[in-house]
Amino acid sequence: MLTYTADEMMTVTAARSLRNGMTCFVGIGLPSEAANLARTTHAPDLVLIYESGTIGSKPGQVPLSIGDGILAETADSVVSVPEIFNYWLQPGRIDIGFLGAAQVDRYGNINTTVIGPSYDSPAVRLPGAGGAPEIAGACKEVAVVLRQSRRTFAERLDFVTSVGFGTGPKTRRELGLTGGGPQLVITDLGVLRPDPGTMELVLAGIYPGVSVDRVRESTGWDLIISADLSEIAPPSEAELTALRDLLGGGSPSRQANADGTASARRSAVPVSIAVPVTKGVPT
Amino acid sequence: MAQIVTLSEAISAAVADGDTVAMEGFTHLIPHAAGHEVIRQRKRNLTLIRMTPDIIYDQLIGAGCAHKLIFSWAGNPGVGSLHRFRDAVEHSWPQPLELEEHSHAGMANRFQAGASGLPFAVLRGYRGTSLPARTAGVADIVCPFTGEMLTAVSALRPDVAVIHAQRADRKGNVQYWGISGVQKEVVLASARSVVTVEEIVDSLDPRPGAVVLPSWAVSYVAAVPGGAHPSYALGYSDRDNDFYLAWDEISRDREKFAAWLDDNVYDRSGPGTADEA
Repeated sequence: MLTYTADEMMTVTAARSLRNGMTCFVGIGLPSEAANLARTTHAPDLVLIYESGTIGSKPGQVPLSIGDGILAETADSVVSVPEIFNYWLQPGRIDIGFLGAAQVDRYGNINTTVIGPSYDSPAVRLPGAGGAPEIAGACKEVAVVLRQSRRTFAERLDFVTSVGFGTGPKTRRELGLTGGGPQLVITDLGVLRPDPGTMELVLAGIYPGVSVDRVRESTGWDLIISADLSEIAPPSEAELTALRDLLGGGSPSRQANADGTASARRSAVPVSIAVPVTKGVPT
Repeated sequence: MAQIVTLSEAISAAVADGDTVAMEGFTHLIPHAAGHEVIRQRKRNLTLIRMTPDIIYDQLIGAGCAHKLIFSWAGNPGVGSLHRFRDAVEHSWPQPLELEEHSHAGMANRFQAGASGLPFAVLRGYRGTSLPARTAGVADIVCPFTGEMLTAVSALRPDVAVIHAQRADRKGNVQYWGISGVQKEVVLASARSVVTVEEIVDSLDPRPGAVVLPSWAVSYVAAVPGGAHPSYALGYSDRDNDFYLAWDEISRDREKFAAWLDDNVYDRSGPGTADEA
């Protein structure tokens, strides 16, 4: 029997959301793993764009940073940082932005800045915005990858670093955000999509062995379950092999959370009995 | 014309207590050795600017050089938190750290405005986020032609830019290639600049995609081979990812950090001494 971790299921699911030929603005950590998995499996012509200015990078292994030499050496083009944001991201040329987060709320708004009690004296100081606010604003669509818990799926964000759907269906238009917003949130339990009417995230897909109750318990608001909830197929042997090759044999020290923060270790527990042991927020 | 000097001379001449200093390099070509020289010369009360404050800014903050940080992403890329930065923000150790935080797009445009001699830059960004309420230098602006609501960000004009490059020639013309970040913008936005280089050569061979900063646009050039480590210089060195991973452990503890600083920064004369320049 094929065993895999909850994180592997998450990364494989995220990779499947990328179609061949898309242009993808890639965040570091889990998004980079997923995007490279897609490129080395079903989407060989996926164009990976990193905020360090590399366009069309084709690394053989998942890089530790967004500026490892391999990203420049394998790129179609390397441009300056002002150029990557102003010429390539801002006009809406990029199909999908792939972001990590420390916290999301029900409208897919993202916090990567501070966790309570106040901005001036935070309990946890996170890295901050990076490229995310404009990636979330300008890409034709956005996918967010993060581990799901009551802490990471918050009723209220202490800080809105990047806007999803704001407070509902009108916000993006009112703010002049040109992209389509977070159409997909991929976690270690399942997949959420915005309701087309309210734009509130609803549970649309669930992984084998995960109960709806468990997803509800891991959400900081009263989660709506889609009437069309589907079970997502487990990773294939080919997907798992490709992922483990990309991670260089799965050395845990190389692996980081979606927001670029550290995980001590990834769960190596088979998914059938796995609980999420890592947090999206550094402690 | 750039003066070719030692690293120690360059930092001593260019950086004064209380200055606003931008050390740039986007993952690649980060001027670590120059940062160490700033720590060794015990510069104080600096306003540090950098899009991605990483290990070198963690060290400068922990060493007590900074009173303010202007930035857009403060982390150890792919590894985790910057513990000295967090200690300063969360516990005011070794002193409080004032923050002015932006997005990458905002910071890149602020440097570009500074380099262009403009008071501000315009972009689509920040709107709807909590950033404008918390940060100086962000304002709504209406396009005078279309009426569209956009965002203005104020120009950055540092006192000193510090960057690392692959090469310079003996006249002080500087050449770098690979991931080029915002280095050109920060040098042109700043009143003075220090460029450390892997080597000084007789003449710069043209290279596809390379950026050349002419000598007359640069203040000081110092030869510091390996001066980006643990960052890297494409064609000369690889990113020392093991050190970035190790830094997580070194920096978690104040005493361990202080011991590391003693052994690796204070107790060394540093690279780029006279015979190397």
